[in-house]
Amino acid sequence: MEFHLINHPLDCPVCDQAGECWLQIYYMKHGLYEPRMTDDKVHKPKAVPLGPHVILDAERCILCSRCVRFCDEVTRTGELGIFGRGDRSEIGLFPGTELANKYSGNVVDICPVGALTDRDFRFQVRVWYLESQKSICPGCARGCNIEVHVNRRRPHHAQGRRVVRLKPRFNDAVNKWWICDEGRYGYGFVDDPSRLTAPLRRVGGKTLDVSWTEMFTLVADGLRRYTADEIGVIASPKMSNEDLFLLERLVDGLGVRAVDYRVPPAQPGDQDDFLIRADRNPNSRGAELIGLGRSDARAILNAARDRRIKCLWVFHHDLLASAWPEGEVLDALLGAETVIFQGTNANATSAHAHLTLPAAAYPEREGTYTNFEGRVQRFRQAFEPLGQALADWESLGCLLQAVQGAGRPSRAEECFRALAAAVPAYAGLSYRSIGDGGQMIATGSP
Amino acid sequence: MSPAATEKILTRNFGRPDSHTLKAYLETGGYTALPKALTMEPPAIIDAVKRSNLRGLGGAGFPTGTKWSFIPKGHTGPVYLVINADEGEPGTFKDRYLLERDPHALIEGMLIAARAIGSTLAFVYIRGEYVESWRHVSAAVGEAYEAGYLGRGLDVVVHRGAGAYICGEETGLISSLEGKKGWPKLKPPFPAIKGAFGAPTIVNNVETICHVPHIINRGAEWFASLGTKTQGGTRMYSVSGRVTRPGVYETSVAVTLRQLIYEYAGGVTGNGRLKAVVPGGSSAAILTADEIDVTMDVDGLKAAGTMAGSAGVIVLDETVSIPEALMVVARFYAHESCGQCTPCRESTGWIYEMTRRIVVGRGRKADLDTILDVARRGAGTTICAFYDGAVGPYISYIEKFRAEFESLIPK
Ligand SMILES: Cc1cc2nc3c(=O)[nH]c(=O)nc-3n(C[C@H](O)[C@H](O)[C@H](O)COP(=O)(O)O)c2cc1C
Ligand code: SF4
Ligand code: SF4
Repeated sequence: MEFHLINHPLDCPVCDQAGECWLQIYYMKHGLYEPRMTDDKVHKPKAVPLGPHVILDAERCILCSRCVRFCDEVTRTGELGIFGRGDRSEIGLFPGTELANKYSGNVVDICPVGALTDRDFRFQVRVWYLESQKSICPGCARGCNIEVHVNRRRPHHAQGRRVVRLKPRFNDAVNKWWICDEGRYGYGFVDDPSRLTAPLRRVGGKTLDVSWTEMFTLVADGLRRYTADEIGVIASPKMSNEDLFLLERLVDGLGVRAVDYRVPPAQPGDQDDFLIRADRNPNSRGAELIGLGRSDARAILNAARDRRIKCLWVFHHDLLASAWPEGEVLDALLGAETVIFQGTNANATSAHAHLTLPAAAYPEREGTYTNFEGRVQRFRQAFEPLGQALADWESLGCLLQAVQGAGRPSRAEECFRALAAAVPAYAGLSYRSIGDGGQMIATGSP
Repeated sequence: MSPAATEKILTRNFGRPDSHTLKAYLETGGYTALPKALTMEPPAIIDAVKRSNLRGLGGAGFPTGTKWSFIPKGHTGPVYLVINADEGEPGTFKDRYLLERDPHALIEGMLIAARAIGSTLAFVYIRGEYVESWRHVSAAVGEAYEAGYLGRGLDVVVHRGAGAYICGEETGLISSLEGKKGWPKLKPPFPAIKGAFGAPTIVNNVETICHVPHIINRGAEWFASLGTKTQGGTRMYSVSGRVTRPGVYETSVAVTLRQLIYEYAGGVTGNGRLKAVVPGGSSAAILTADEIDVTMDVDGLKAAGTMAGSAGVIVLDETVSIPEALMVVARFYAHESCGQCTPCRESTGWIYEMTRRIVVGRGRKADLDTILDVARRGAGTTICAFYDGAVGPYISYIEKFRAEFESLIPK
């Protein structure tokens, strides 16, 4: 203990790690001694950016070498080393390198002290004000297990963001202790000003706030106005199994056949042999298993362009930022008589919607995703939805009631129970059996 | 037998100006042990070395034959022989003489050792500052290839270090040889099981290996009879400091420290009074003037509470300030700690700071006890023996000369 602290700057009051620092914890547990060191401390570089996400304070480092080993053994990129000898030893980058690998943020988690901190989280909020909820990263088809760290107690800190950081949650079968940087820093949309917070109706050039009750009536009337063949639905693999199942029931009841969820991204995602999957959606497998891939999304758009489809219902996607020619998509959006958009954030596509339904983001609700391997994993609600946003399963449940007079589920778990009873792949699964670690779909499923 | 009359074995040729050449080595009976060894089965060679009581002369004093026998039986992959010619221990300069003046003795010893352990590739890791040694060894290796001693069953790579003391520690040396930072590795696995490049490796000191041809030529019993019950042979003592004739003296390991100082090195400079002696390189605990009637073998010095180490004998007389001497030693360890282990990394610098303060008259009363406490707590907790080598002087200098330290601390 004493050895670790003689050259340590003892700057806990301004250190982001304070409150979750093992040096601090062990000192309080086993130290609490009268210091004997009265000589000058060894000084080392401070506040050195190592890469886009990580910043180093070499004086706080206890030279445990975990970060070096992570870059050598896990990412095999080898950017970090320990340089110098004796008490002048310090962590640093090899000349000409930068800590910019796709998993660099993990070194912050494994650093036991405040030597490596997150540039994104630095000086935002003290960790003891945070609450944590178990969740699943929606960044790709792997579905890494994460914790969402929420700042509710100091709303004036961290620019008012509720989600202040994501941390990996250990799951040996999925992501071990790690997550990628894209996922780690991909939470910005949750508290972004572009969030949709109220049901909107666009009439002529005017956009009006409407109540959910009015909205459900408008959508139900809209759907009833068209024949099944005049309706096209582009679901999203960002929706949970529960959402997708209710949507499937709704379109099934209406007899709509033009339903798909696959929209290719403008830039195909990269993939590696570690965590990152090319499919940047958390639930493509679920959408496929639940049966939302009945048609072809591009054909649906073409039909809208040709006025054969009159009502186009788009979930979450920004079709105008997809791999498809912008003009083609625009013609489809302009061609449809009624465009319904349902999603968390406004985008170029939602600008063309006549009816906009605000959706809750994943930390604002419960649900499950099915990852590319067929593992069903639960994510939980960390805080209330922004404004009037509703989880997709909730709004779809209301629409089911409005259109088909069906009973409305009051909890996500209810939707899942119905899903497990209806779709063979999910047979035998329940929220309880999925637990914190996830559960594989029934064997023999596609 | 008076050790003073002991025959010179390793240093017998040092008088010849061309002693480093193949010609001189052959003329004085060189490469005659090799043909003998080639007729012996490896276990027989190991057995002879065991019976000779040859003990490692690099520092740890481990029985050489026993070390060789640790190579796993029936191992099929490569086995490496590594010669430790890093000679970094302060007060030690014997290997340098061997490397510069009799490199062929080393090569012949390596050929025999390699046969014993089943190695076909050997490395000589030479201290970076030893340029002349490196030249002579490289030239001798060239001659040995030309004459056909090397290249038929054994190849030798000469590698130069980059100037870190820790690269003399055998596992630090192996890391360095592998192209990594010279960080010692945790043992076990010992190098004989998993050493350089993951293969079984024997690391031996230059002088240790130079003895091997003579053991083969003249017999294990002869070699054993030169020393004490538990250590055979002669060894080369580097005597430095306040003596009339500093230098390297080869003599029986049964010699006493008093004999070495007064009979070999000509006594204390200017007939001054002896104050203290460091008998085995800077890592050995210090002995006072009354403690010099000890034999200089591994076990004799161990019984005296210090160690034979690298046989670097540093003589201090009344003109020398012990606190200053400790400050210099502490500075060395603070500078050379590799920094892997927390106690060693952090306390070597701290202890140096404290000794420096004491020497410049800014010591505090608690400093001495703090140094002793810190050193005692850290001892034995580190990856390599470097830190224990630093603790030896920290504790012994203060315990044996406490009054002198206290006189420098303001009341
Ligand atoms: C810090 C440290 C430095 C060492 N430096 C040397 C050295 O320079 N030369 C050497 O032969 N042995 C050195 N040793 C001893 C080696 O670790 C090892 O014991 C020796 O090379 C084995 O050879 P031997 O059995 O022939 O003595 C050192 C040990 C330590 C702990
Ligand atoms: S993980 Fe942190 S404490 Fe450990 S070596 Fe890296 S920077 Fe230092
Ligand atoms: S004891 Fe010192 S020199 Fe040896 S490995 Fe540990 S830090 Fe390095």
